[in-house]
Amino acid sequence: MSSLLKIDDLVVEHRTPGRPVVRAVAGASLEVRAGEVVGLVGESGCGKSTLARAVVGLNRAASGSISFEGTPVTPLGLRRRTMTGVQMVFQDPYASLNPRRRVGDQIADGLRVAGDATSSPADLLERVGLPREFASRHPHEFSGGQRQRIAIARALAARPRLLIGDEPISALDASAQSQVATLMRDLAVSSGAGLLFISHDLSVVRLIADRIAVMYLGRIVEVGDTAEVWAEPRHPYTQALLGAIPKPDGMGVLPAELPGDVPDPADPPQGCRFHPRCPLVMDVCRVKEPEFGPVACWLHEPS
Amino acid sequence: MRRDPLARKGLLGRLPQAWRQPLAVSGVVIAVAWLVIAVAAPWLAPHDPLAQELPRLAPPGPDHWFGTDQLGRDILSRVMHGARVSIPLTLALVALSLLIGGLLGACAGYFGRWVDETIMRLADLVFAFPTVILAMVVAAALGASLTNAVLAVLVVAWPAYARVTRGLVLGVREREFVLSGRLLGFSAWRSLRVDVLPNVTGPILVLATLDIGTALLLLSGLSFLGLGAKPPSPEWGAMVSSGVEVFDSWWVATFPGLAILTVVLAFNFLGDTLRDALDPRTARAIKERAL
Repeated sequence: MSSLLKIDDLVVEHRTPGRPVVRAVAGASLEVRAGEVVGLVGESGCGKSTLARAVVGLNRAASGSISFEGTPVTPLGLRRRTMTGVQMVFQDPYASLNPRRRVGDQIADGLRVAGDATSSPADLLERVGLPREFASRHPHEFSGGQRQRIAIARALAARPRLLIGDEPISALDASAQSQVATLMRDLAVSSGAGLLFISHDLSVVRLIADRIAVMYLGRIVEVGDTAEVWAEPRHPYTQALLGAIPKPDGMGVLPAELPGDVPDPADPPQGCRFHPRCPLVMDVCRVKEPEFGPVACWLHEPS
Repeated sequence: MRRDPLARKGLLGRLPQAWRQPLAVSGVVIAVAWLVIAVAAPWLAPHDPLAQELPRLAPPGPDHWFGTDQLGRDILSRVMHGARVSIPLTLALVALSLLIGGLLGACAGYFGRWVDETIMRLADLVFAFPTVILAMVVAAALGASLTNAVLAVLVVAWPAYARVTRGLVLGVREREFVLSGRLLGFSAWRSLRVDVLPNVTGPILVLATLDIGTALLLLSGLSFLGLGAKPPSPEWGAMVSSGVEVFDSWWVATFPGLAILTVVLAFNFLGDTLRDALDPRTARAIKERAL
């Protein structure tokens, strides 16, 4: 499979005057192949969303590169965006639709981008499992799950080759979460698009992703096929994340908790970024950062 | 006989709560009355506002309800015709400053960087002067006429709109639906027009309604100082000014003054009501008080 999106050693910094520079993404590399579903997981504040925003040009890369189908991604300025082959679905369904415009008009914007004169907004609504007559209504008439489906319809109308979901399900009810996630996957796969699905919910990502990338404090610490990562997580952080998933086995076992919080990305720890919280910490971890993959951990150094 | 609880609410019940407050009702009534007077003055006024054949400085009485001025003109007719001068000019003035200030502020907020710096420093420059003095200077420099007075007030009025619009646009432009539009390839102008501006109009309209009173006050102030309307024209500020010369005949200055007062009050009430109706928090508070 050819490479659709290639992120290479990406660094994104947030600068606020009078505050230290925050490296939200500190040298992350990731690849999404055509037609592939990649799940990007990590705790809040680890830089997942910043990475996604950089991919569509909403954040400027301080160094490193992002290329889509071989073309470098340029930051979105005042010019019209030409790289409409990458579309994004945002986290907050209540902020992602214009409250003053009919749903159908907003989906039609996507169709216009694709030059699609044969489909109507109602067709798109049908594809995301909503009634056709919703096209003439305004967003305030819909629930969060319905709004997120509409946002997906709008993004898909532009016929993207890569769809990005920036925590598209974390603001939804538990009942709607896996529905919307599977819907996104099915629609992306059936239209031949790649999907980069960002979430902090490993159990949902496991359902839909071909590959999983685990992010910690601005870096990708482990990448692998979903089944492998799920069955045999190698990085201690991935192990801790998997251990934190509650298991409804009737035994009343509480999920293992990872001690401590994510450190301040403005002042990351020396050496391996995970070492202050790592149960398997070694001397080398405190000194040297493991700058290799697919598992960035000194226990799994490629020989 | 049982009544359908949903059908019970009549016309009054369907009005939003904010518009049923006594101040709101009186604001609407006074404003509408003045608009009717402005439109129908030629038919409503008992005398020609410019005719001078009457007894001079006659006190209010059955012939001349508001008395006559030092040239023997009927003050009631002049106040009524004054509405035709002041109210359309004030409305046009507010509409223009809304348009100019709103557009500049929206550009400043949306495009940022040097556009923002240039426009907002210009606005700060205007804010740095006392409003009336700056308007006087501009009106004096342009020459005394009603059009120039409007221009002068425009110069001092637009920055308030620019500032408010800029702040609102800054709040909206990072919202996700605006970003989604940009990701779909909207040009900056299209994004501003389709996604940003329709979502900031409410508070700006409130500001404009509240500003009608201030603008009228400033406009008649300039006329009072002789920088606006030329003498024969029945402008309220100019009429108050001529009344000051004959202080013993209190009616000459009082009635045009009351006209200004009622219009300013009415539009302030309207603006407050509009704000209450658009702001969900105050709207809820009103509802709780009413229950």
